Amino acid sequence: MECELVPSVCSYCGTGCGVLFEVIDKELAGTLPMKTHPVNEGKLCIKGWNLHEHINSPLRLKQPLVRSFGRFLKTGWDEAIAIAARRFREIIDQYGPESVGVLVSAKITNEENYLAMKLARAVLGTNSVDHCARL
Amino acid sequence: MTNSIAEIEDAGCIFIIGSNTTACHPLIARRVYRAKEKGAKLIVADPRRIQLSRFADVAVQHRLGSDVALLNGMMHLIIANGWQAADYIQERTEDYAELEKTVREYTPEKVAAITGVSVDDIQHMAEIYATNSPAALLYAMGITQHTTGVDNVKSCCNLAMLCGNVGVAGGGVNPLRGQNNVQGACDMGGLPNVYSGYQLVNDIKSNEKFAKAWGRPLPDKPGLPVTAMIPAMLEGKLKALYVIGENPKLSDPDRNHLNHALEKLDFLLVQDIFLSETAQAADVVLAACSMAEKEGTFTNTERRCMRIRKAIDPLADTLPDWQILCRLSSALGYEMNYADPEAIFNEMAALTPSYAGMTYARLGLDGLQWPCPNADHPGTPYLHRHQFARGKGKFHAIGFLEPAELPDDEFPYFLTTGRMFAHFHTGTMTRISPNLNVEQTTGYVEIHPDDALAEEIRDGDMLTIASRRGEMEAPARITPTVRPGTLFLPMHFGENPTNILTSAEALDPIAKIPEFKVSAVKIRKFSEQMGKIPEETGAADPVEADAAAGSR
Repeated sequence: MECELVPSVCSYCGTGCGVLFEVIDKELAGTLPMKTHPVNEGKLCIKGWNLHEHINSPLRLKQPLVRSFGRFLKTGWDEAIAIAARRFREIIDQYGPESVGVLVSAKITNEENYLAMKLARAVLGTNSVDHCARL
Repeated sequence: MTNSIAEIEDAGCIFIIGSNTTACHPLIARRVYRAKEKGAKLIVADPRRIQLSRFADVAVQHRLGSDVALLNGMMHLIIANGWQAADYIQERTEDYAELEKTVREYTPEKVAAITGVSVDDIQHMAEIYATNSPAALLYAMGITQHTTGVDNVKSCCNLAMLCGNVGVAGGGVNPLRGQNNVQGACDMGGLPNVYSGYQLVNDIKSNEKFAKAWGRPLPDKPGLPVTAMIPAMLEGKLKALYVIGENPKLSDPDRNHLNHALEKLDFLLVQDIFLSETAQAADVVLAACSMAEKEGTFTNTERRCMRIRKAIDPLADTLPDWQILCRLSSALGYEMNYADPEAIFNEMAALTPSYAGMTYARLGLDGLQWPCPNADHPGTPYLHRHQFARGKGKFHAIGFLEPAELPDDEFPYFLTTGRMFAHFHTGTMTRISPNLNVEQTTGYVEIHPDDALAEEIRDGDMLTIASRRGEMEAPARITPTVRPGTLFLPMHFGENPTNILTSAEALDPIAKIPEFKVSAVKIRKFSEQMGKIPEETGAADPVEADAAAGSR
């Protein structure tokens, strides 16, 4: 049996408690509080203790989906990305970049938020970028 | 937060207004309990009697939307008793005279009439806050989700500066942020008017700086905030929307209005780890991997940037969000090639002064608090230490304004919305976690025993709650935690969608935040109507769930 503890940060509220993911034989088995962490000092709330459960949920999406005649079809990345890029390009060509909006996320990483903002402004050409800070 | 979570333990007084801390930020509430054990005073002001109210030296339930009046009333008494920090005000602040003039009108009697809080309680609050320095003020969305959200925040700042509590350890004005990386999303420029580090898109120098770094000309007019995107969709001006890791169908106000807007879009692209209510309406869904399956950083409410690490491989055919963004950008003709998230972080830090001194190696396990401007800087536990970021701390004279909607003959109840301890935001993560879902499997509406008696409602009766926007059903939970005449709905439950009732038009004029905390509603017992059955959602397979939901 292979057991590993991987340091991370809880992804529920904004407190930012340090967690250790318990990985047993490459499966995510549990979440533990990090004893040395300056924020939570070895404690977690009920959501933090169960952080791994949503990650292990059978309801997780497993591949990209494309709508066709009202139903979703499973597809691969090349097709999904190509459709998305083509539709954005068509809409921008027809209506201008201000016809596109991007909602970034308080759940993804800083690096991803930076890239999403860069994509919106430099590639799509719109400043209509926002997220759910207000909601 | 101007200050750090650990400092709360060393406060002389903690004033919590509009935050149900034990339910929503339990590990911050822990610091409040520890401070109490060390002898700190605790003041709680919340329209509901929350768990922390039991441990408070003074706990008041002020009427929904009366925060400015309550805070002005406290300041009135602090000045009348000479408890303000005169030297601090003199040296470090400006525009004090206007504040003094405005709060002079807020006599305890007048404030008691507006807020429903007794004169005695207002006096206790003022004295305890002013005479137990350093005093830490904690707030959350009970302060911000109002048409007067900005006024409420400024009033909190006025109170803190009046008593010399900003720029000192253990004090401060401390918003407790709701999502794990909402601070980071703002810091990274996930807002219509700024790049990363709050550099303005319409400032020529920062626009040129980013245009040069990215090799593209950049639009210099601020874009639309989310609350303006919805009307723009309805008017046909916004044609395509890219939603990453959000579920606006449950989180945004006036759901019927939003559904209609999403239907008008030519193209909706959603990127998520679940087939959320919003993803079900998409044209293309991009399947992202979870946070345990990738590297990166999050920034918490005390501005601490911390690394997350990959624990397991991405599930099935899912990708990290950063890789999806790179592929989409490249497909749109702008090559994005990064070896790993660290390379993205380094590019960002080079363009963002408050993160400039951070590297993955320096972040280690504990992270660093911004501003961290250079490689030798240890990070900043509390802001405005010797002087305010803007120079002098500015007092804003703020008068009380009523919420956009008050109860009337047709809609006689106040409604407020919020959260409970086991669930999170729209429930996409917690309701599918067995150990959390078991704590609360359905939505509910809290109603005071007096109202229940008058309306002949028993615990568990299904109620229809209606506002000017729409109506929804939820079982009654009779509890004295709400005031008579006020109802409370948690926002987590898609089959009892709270935001059918809230208004998309009642916004703060500056922050554009919706007034989720105050609506006017009426109730009737479900059994008194002809059979209307609440919608069921959620089937086992996400692809099948779409067919069942059949939106768009």
